[in-house]
Amino acid sequence: MPGDSLRRLVPQEAADQARIVIRADPMAVRDGLRALFDMPVLRAMPETERGVAQIVLAEALNNIVEHAYAGGDGVIRVSLRRQRADLLCQIEDQGAPMPGGVLPAGVPHPAAAREDLPEGGFGWHMIRALSRNLRYRRSDGRNHLSFRLDARRPAP
Amino acid sequence: MDLKAEQRGDLLIVTAMGDRIDAAGAIQFKDRMREITEAPTRRVLLDLSRVSFLDSSGLGAVVAVMKALGPDRKLELAGLTPTVQKVFRLTRMDSVFTIHPAVPDRGQPGLRDAG
Repeated sequence: MPGDSLRRLVPQEAADQARIVIRADPMAVRDGLRALFDMPVLRAMPETERGVAQIVLAEALNNIVEHAYAGGDGVIRVSLRRQRADLLCQIEDQGAPMPGGVLPAGVPHPAAAREDLPEGGFGWHMIRALSRNLRYRRSDGRNHLSFRLDARRPAP
Repeated sequence: MDLKAEQRGDLLIVTAMGDRIDAAGAIQFKDRMREITEAPTRRVLLDLSRVSFLDSSGLGAVVAVMKALGPDRKLELAGLTPTVQKVFRLTRMDSVFTIHPAVPDRGQPGLRDAG
């Protein structure tokens, strides 16, 4: 019976994926991240991997608020899906495209004197260092960012 | 973000009471730190043991606080939780700050004489 198979599928899907729509505002990003990290797919991950996911997702979302929407109104769609040992993350917004159509390099800061230390620009460096298969594409007036993270500790 | 300050000799210990220093709270954190560090102590120790998450805006705010203290005063950090530690390590800021595992106990000689 179709109803039976649907009932069996729903909890499985809920445990393997999460979706959320977040308003482009720093406080909404904070609340949205809290809500996401309460969902089963992220709760199931080990502490270290959850921490990495929190860093990467926060940087990606805050970049969209600060640069793509630049303080203007808008929404950000986040979709997370567990695929075997990976967490596949897709983020979509309708803000301004990436300058030049490519992701920033995000190089680490050079050794600088104390007064020359940067107070920003760390975000893309961390995203690049902690994610895999990082892709950006602009289509239909939307930015599509996707990457993979470890959903569980790599086997020894 | 609530901050609690305690002065011990020429050391000012500031405890971050919230669990995150992020883009939504970085400016407020910076402003509160500026007010609190008006007390002219030579060293400021920021206790981050309650902070489970800090993003790049939060990190930028900590760097800004250190720069605002000027060349003659030090900002030291204590009690970094694993995710916060990861952010400092990835951005190489762990080599810029003196980082203590925890806030030393009152009267501990290492703390009184250090610096």
